[in-house]
Amino acid sequence: MTVTKTETLPVRSGDDVVRVRQRVRALAIEIGLGLVDQTKIVTAASELARNTLDYGGGGDVRIEIVQAGMRKGLRLTFEDHGPGIADIEQAMTDRFTTGRGMGLGLGGAKRLSNEFHIESTPGSGTRVTIARWK
Amino acid sequence: MDRIPILKLGGVLIVTIQVDMHDRLALALEEDLTAMIARTGARGVLLEISALEIVDSFIGRMLVSIAAVSRVLDAETVVAGMRPAVAITLVELGLELTGIRTALNVERGMALIQARISEEDDGHGSDRDRHED
Repeated sequence: MTVTKTETLPVRSGDDVVRVRQRVRALAIEIGLGLVDQTKIVTAASELARNTLDYGGGGDVRIEIVQAGMRKGLRLTFEDHGPGIADIEQAMTDRFTTGRGMGLGLGGAKRLSNEFHIESTPGSGTRVTIARWK
Repeated sequence: MDRIPILKLGGVLIVTIQVDMHDRLALALEEDLTAMIARTGARGVLLEISALEIVDSFIGRMLVSIAAVSRVLDAETVVAGMRPAVAITLVELGLELTGIRTALNVERGMALIQARISEEDDGHGSDRDRHED
């Protein structure tokens, strides 16, 4: 798998969340994702960006266009240096929330993506990677 | 600060959301709508969202919250014009718009609200009749 384009955006305010959505949309269109797939990856990006902001205390997102053979995809890596997640399995459960959200962020983002990966170390931060392939 | 305009048509408040919602705008809309329902005695709120490219759990929560507060103030909320791709994504995300009625477009949304208003007015009418007997 090769990375053909990389951009990094900050996720430090509500306005940043909007910018992340717009950029993910533009790149999803660039690789030729259909309307429903665009909507899914943008929605997943919005959920994860908000998690980064609300629970991680802000961070950034790396947006990459990746290619595997003939297939193109969009890969997003959200990273923060917040408190981390003690129990990832619990955090992935729908309706589980420690904040004011609906608790759909992680589980929802996973369902909306083709690939999902999460790493977290309590005390040092969280990294969530998702990908959607054409 | 930006505000989303609220129109009043008869007993219905109409809001067309045409911008990418961010937190402050969403909270301001909720406050403005609540104040306006209380002030005007509106019986229905029609939220037109055909311009929204996504509804994530944040916006979903805002819609649910507007509907809940409106209901307490005796106004029914209808969300109209959701894009098909947004509807598909919402289902996969697992978001349930509890307490919200949806309509394909503004016209059907207005019809829903009008039907509810006239139904209730009829109901009140027959109550009065019985008291007079």
